[in-house]
Amino acid sequence: MTIVSPVAGGLADEERLLQETVRDFARREVAPGVGERDETEQFDRVLFTKMGELGLTAVPFSEEVGGAGFGYRAWTLVMEEMGYADMAMAVALSVHVLSQSPVIRWGTQEQKERWLPEMLTGTCLGAFALTEPHAGSDAAALRLRATPAGSPVAPTYHLQGSKVWITNAPDADRYLVFATVDPAAGPRGITAFLVERGTPGFRFGRKERKLGIRSSSACELLFEGAEVPAANRLGEEGQGYRIALSALAEGRISIAAACTGLAQAALDAAARYLTERTAFGRPLAEQQGLRFMLAEMAQKVAIARAMTRAAAEAKDRGESIGEASSLAKWTASDAAMAVTTDAVQLFGGYGYSREFPVERMMRDAKGAQIYEGTNQIHRLIVADQVLKRVTGESQH
Amino acid sequence: MRILVLLKAVPVVGTERLDDALRTDRSVALEANGNDEYVLEAALKLTEAHGGEVTLLSVGPPGAMDPLRKALAMGATRAVHVADEAMRGSCYVGTARVLEAALRRLEYDLVFAGADTSDGQGGVIAPALAARLGLPYLSYASRIEPAPDGRTVTIRRLRPGGYDVLEAPMPALVMGTQVLGEPRYPSLRGIMQARNKEIRTWTLADLGLDARSVGAGAATTRVLRAEPPAQRAGATIIREAPETAVAQVIDLLAARRLI
Repeated sequence: MTIVSPVAGGLADEERLLQETVRDFARREVAPGVGERDETEQFDRVLFTKMGELGLTAVPFSEEVGGAGFGYRAWTLVMEEMGYADMAMAVALSVHVLSQSPVIRWGTQEQKERWLPEMLTGTCLGAFALTEPHAGSDAAALRLRATPAGSPVAPTYHLQGSKVWITNAPDADRYLVFATVDPAAGPRGITAFLVERGTPGFRFGRKERKLGIRSSSACELLFEGAEVPAANRLGEEGQGYRIALSALAEGRISIAAACTGLAQAALDAAARYLTERTAFGRPLAEQQGLRFMLAEMAQKVAIARAMTRAAAEAKDRGESIGEASSLAKWTASDAAMAVTTDAVQLFGGYGYSREFPVERMMRDAKGAQIYEGTNQIHRLIVADQVLKRVTGESQH
Repeated sequence: MRILVLLKAVPVVGTERLDDALRTDRSVALEANGNDEYVLEAALKLTEAHGGEVTLLSVGPPGAMDPLRKALAMGATRAVHVADEAMRGSCYVGTARVLEAALRRLEYDLVFAGADTSDGQGGVIAPALAARLGLPYLSYASRIEPAPDGRTVTIRRLRPGGYDVLEAPMPALVMGTQVLGEPRYPSLRGIMQARNKEIRTWTLADLGLDARSVGAGAATTRVLRAEPPAQRAGATIIREAPETAVAQVIDLLAARRLI
């Protein structure tokens, strides 16, 4: 059970009800199978479908496009509860939402009508395909090539190349794929495409074998002359990099919220354990040194939550979120890593055992310091913004 | 079909405490009584299948608004909240008097009530209301089926070892059980739609009731003492590997002559 944080106030009535509903759902439907899903490394599509039926896949989108009409602060409440119950499922949900938000912002009316309904209801699962073997942090260096083809009446693009580490990919139905129409143009050649599962010439490669979030599936995507209709190009040629960056900035807030939930789960588990376990004739909770550790863990969770909320509220106000989202993601993922590691330490031998959940939480935390922009990239983004305020221009 | 669901806001289960007058403290966070959510679910399914609307009726403190909002998000059409400081400390008779007055001002074909409440457990409000309003009373329902012509309702009433099938003319009052089916989660879109749904707030004056006829002053019973259950011995937690743990559990049970 989530222990309600004293800083959880300041929410609207509908946000509190959303939080309570998702907490209830996550506790009853998501948490029970989390250990088994981790052991078997299986993505649970039935559970994802239930999440869609509840409406989790449509939370931060407007009612006009078929969303639930909540803001991004509300979305962080959802992600925090999901991260608390199962970080892997939280990441799957976050990526699903990440893969459709650019369609809402950049898609034509026809694309929105064709693409969104099944995505918003969770009937289809989405993936966001940016990373390549030679283009991780340096996403602009991607090599997947899109070449105009087809006929004047039915224009298409041929996609040739590969992607790696694409979350949800083995189970997904729809892929937002970034390719370049002109490798010499760098970021200005990058173009976004909507690609459906089953497109001839598009297949899956090796499944990624991960340290954590093991029930969130990820694999290589191989494009061998896959033909994609020009009607599936999202935005203009060369707009892809902007599309990717704007989506990623949102995604970082989402991951920050999931990390906050994961850290809170580890903190709660550790706090309970300290009251149950006795040593030297008294509960561990009476050992001052351990109380200090617990308090410092709580401090990190509170900072992560505050920074995540601040970034989400900035987005809801329509402000630029580049810096705030980087700060939130970097802070919250570091908090999750530190708090889960401390939780393992407080559990002692049991913490190191796979019979207890904090071991999984610690493994699940590590990836978040790497995906959605490594925490080193976020330092560069933040520094760039700081210097820009002094000099008035970008340093990067 | 118009179904009226009685919904009581109770302290979140596990957080119950008594106030200075030894009554349930309702200033804490409140949630919908669990049993009431089961009959709400049955009401929502019936109106989804046959058309109609679901009105919630709740008597209680301002904190009742949260569970009412949740029930609206689950799909209820509107809510009526009777709130008046003078009702504090009402006994069952006083509470039934307020609900009766509210029901006389509302239109319905069926009234649904949960089996009992997690904080009161008297289980008398529903039959009391049926008696005061002269409604047929159908209790312990595990299935509720209104006739297509809208004139009668048939229920299955649970009894030890089976069930009876009962019929009554509508309007009628049905007390339902958890066998009716698990309550749904509020849909997230429903949460946003609930913001625009009507919550009517009535006071005792709106119901034409004299404040002196309810509340602690008019209570027919009073609480003399409230005692916690006898303290149980501390739990023993065994954290060994299964093969060791099983032996320890057997030893513990044997030492207490339980096996």
